[in-house]
Amino acid sequence: MTLEAVARGRGRRALRRRTVLTVLGVLVAALYAINLMFGKTFYPPDDIVRVILGERVPGATFTVGTLRLPRATLALLAGVCFGLGGVTFQTMLRNPLASPDIIGISSGASAAAAFAIVTLGLSESATSAFAIAAGLGVALIIYLLSFRDGVAGTRLVLIGIGMAAMLESATSYVLSTASQWDLQEVLRWLTGSLNGTTWGETVPVAIALLLLGPLLLSQGRNLFMLQLGDDMAAALGVRLELTRLLLIVAAVGLIAFATAACGPIAFVAFLAGPIAARIIGPGASLLVPSALVGALLVLVADFAGQYAFSIRYPVGVVTGVLGAPYLIYLLIRTNRAGGSL
Amino acid sequence: MTLSVKEPDVAVLRRPARVRLFWFVAALAVLGLAMLASVAFGSRIVGWSAIVDGVSGLTDTIDQAAVFKRVPRTVLAVIVGAALAVSGTVMQGVTRNPLADPGILGVNMGASLAVVVGMTVFGLTSAVNTIWVAILGAAFSAVFVYLIGSLGRGGATPLKLALAGTATSAALASLISAVILPRADVSELFRSWQIGGVGGGSWDNIRQAGPFLLAGFVISMLSARSLNSLALGDELAAGLGERVALVRGLSALGAVLLCGAATAVTGPIMFVGLVVPHVCRLLVGLDHRWLMPFSALLGASLLTVSDVVGRVVDRPSEIDVGIITALIGAPFFIYIVRRQKVREL
Repeated sequence: MTLEAVARGRGRRALRRRTVLTVLGVLVAALYAINLMFGKTFYPPDDIVRVILGERVPGATFTVGTLRLPRATLALLAGVCFGLGGVTFQTMLRNPLASPDIIGISSGASAAAAFAIVTLGLSESATSAFAIAAGLGVALIIYLLSFRDGVAGTRLVLIGIGMAAMLESATSYVLSTASQWDLQEVLRWLTGSLNGTTWGETVPVAIALLLLGPLLLSQGRNLFMLQLGDDMAAALGVRLELTRLLLIVAAVGLIAFATAACGPIAFVAFLAGPIAARIIGPGASLLVPSALVGALLVLVADFAGQYAFSIRYPVGVVTGVLGAPYLIYLLIRTNRAGGSL
Repeated sequence: MTLSVKEPDVAVLRRPARVRLFWFVAALAVLGLAMLASVAFGSRIVGWSAIVDGVSGLTDTIDQAAVFKRVPRTVLAVIVGAALAVSGTVMQGVTRNPLADPGILGVNMGASLAVVVGMTVFGLTSAVNTIWVAILGAAFSAVFVYLIGSLGRGGATPLKLALAGTATSAALASLISAVILPRADVSELFRSWQIGGVGGGSWDNIRQAGPFLLAGFVISMLSARSLNSLALGDELAAGLGERVALVRGLSALGAVLLCGAATAVTGPIMFVGLVVPHVCRLLVGLDHRWLMPFSALLGASLLTVSDVVGRVVDRPSEIDVGIITALIGAPFFIYIVRRQKVREL
C-alpha cells in the first residue's frame, strides 16, 4: 500500500516534469518562430522555412536570413547558456544569490571581452578565449578570497559583489577610452544587447554549447547530489573535486562565450534557476528546465525591447528592469520568512 | 561592548588628544598637498610661479590658464569628497553597519535616476532644481533600501543591506538607461551619470550645491553626539535619554542631503563613503565628534588625489574619478568583508 503510494507519487511527479518540460519547449519554439516572423514586416512561416532551406525569397532572404535569424538564434543560445551557467553555480554553492552575474563572473568576462574588442580589436574567437580566461580567473580569485576556515556562502556573495563593482568600472574605463563613444556599444557591455548580431557572433556560442552543454548535462546527477552536502555526495560516490572542476569549467565557459557575443544580459543567469525551480517543483535536476527558462526570458525580452516601445531597447535593459524587482521580491520573501540568505 | 566596528584592535573610543591632534595636522597637510598637486598636474604640468599667478586669477600664459581652470575642479573634488565621506560615516553610524556607503546602498543611483527623469521628462534645466530632485531621489532610495534590508530576523545585517542596495542599484541603472536611451542628444549626460567625475566642475556648480552641502554638514555634526549613544544599541541609547527615532531620521537627513547634492553635481561616485570612515576610526577612534571632521578632511584628500591620479596615469586623456575610487575602494570592501566573522554578515 505505502509502496504503491510512493510509486504513484513518483509517477505523478515524473508526469508533471514531462508536461512542464514539453510546455516550456513548445513555448521556446513558438517564441523563436515569432521572433523570426514578426517585425516591421510580417513573413509567413513557409517563407521562413524556405529562407532557412537556402532558397532566395525577395525581401525575406535579407530581413529574415541576415537580420532576424542570427539574432533570434543567438537569443536562444545565449539564454540557454546563461540559464545553464546560472543554475549550476546556484546549485553547487547552495545559494540562489551565488549566480555568476551577481558574484562578478559575468562582469569579468564582459570586461575582458570589451577590452579585447574595443581596445585590442581582436576577432570573435580570440575574444571568447579572453573572456573565458577572465571568467575562470575571477571565479578562482573570488573562491580564494572567500576562503577562511572553509568557504562561507555569505562571504562569497559579498566578495563577489565587490568584485563586480570593480570589474564594472574597469569596463566603463575601457569603454571611455574607445575612440568613438557609442551609447549602444556601452550598454552592450554593461547590460547586454543583441543589436547588430551576425553569424560571426552566433557560431562560436553554438559550438561552445555543443561541446560544453553535454559535459554539463553529464554531471547533472552529481550536481543534484552535491545539493545534499559534500559528505553525503561523497558517500553516494561523487568524486567531489573532479565534479566541481568540470562543473565550474563548463559553466564559466558557457557564460563567457555567451557574454563575449552579446554582453552580460542582466539577471538572466540569476532568474532562470529560481523560476525553473518554482514551476517544476522539488526533487529533480534543474539544468534542462533552467536552460529553457533562460532561452524564454531572452527571447521574450528581446522581442519586447525591439517592438513594444517607440524606440528599440537593448535586451539587457528590459531584463534589468524586469529582473531587479524580482530580486527585490525574492529578498523580501526570504527576509519575511525569517530565513537568512 | 557593542561598537559600530567589530574590530578588537580599534575598539578605542577615543585616541589620546596628542595622537588625534597629530593625525589632524597630518591630514590637513595631506589635503594641502593634494590640492596643490591637483592644480599643478594634468595633461600639462605647471611650475610654482604659474600656480601662484593662476590661483590669483592671471590667465596670460597657457600654464596660468590651465591652473585657473583647475581651481574650481579642485574645490569641487574637495567638497564632494568631504560630503561623501561624512555621509558614509553617518550611514555607518545610523545603520551600525560596516558596509554602509552611499554607493553600495544604491542611494547615489536613486539621486541619479531622479535627476535624469527630472531633466528628460519634466524638462528641468536649472541646477538648483536638479539638486532638490536629486536629494528627493536619494531620500527615497535610502528609505526603500533600508526597509527591504531590515525585514526579517536579525534586522539590517550587512549582507541583506548590501544585497538590497545592489538589487536596487541594478534596477535604477536599468531605468536610467531606459529613460535616457530615446534621446541620443543626452548620451554625454548619461555618461556622467553612469561613471561620475569632477571634470565638469565650475564655480556655478559649487555655488548651487553649496547651501545644501553646508546644511548637510551642520546637521551631521549636530547629530555626532547622538550617534555615539546610538552605537551602544537602541535600548542603551534610549536609556541615555536619546530619542532614537528622531536621531535616526535627523542624521539620515544629513547624510542624504550630503550625498544627494554631491551626486547631483558629479554623478554617482562609489566607495569614498565606505573607505574613509574605516581608516579614520583606526586613526582617531570611534568618537563621532572627531570622526566626522576627520572623515571630511580625509575624504576630500582621497577624492582630490584620485582625481589627480586619473588625470596623470593616462595622459593626455583622463580617467573619471568614479573609476579610480572603485578600483581603490572595491579591494578595500573585500578586505572588510574578509575581516568580519561569518555570523556577523
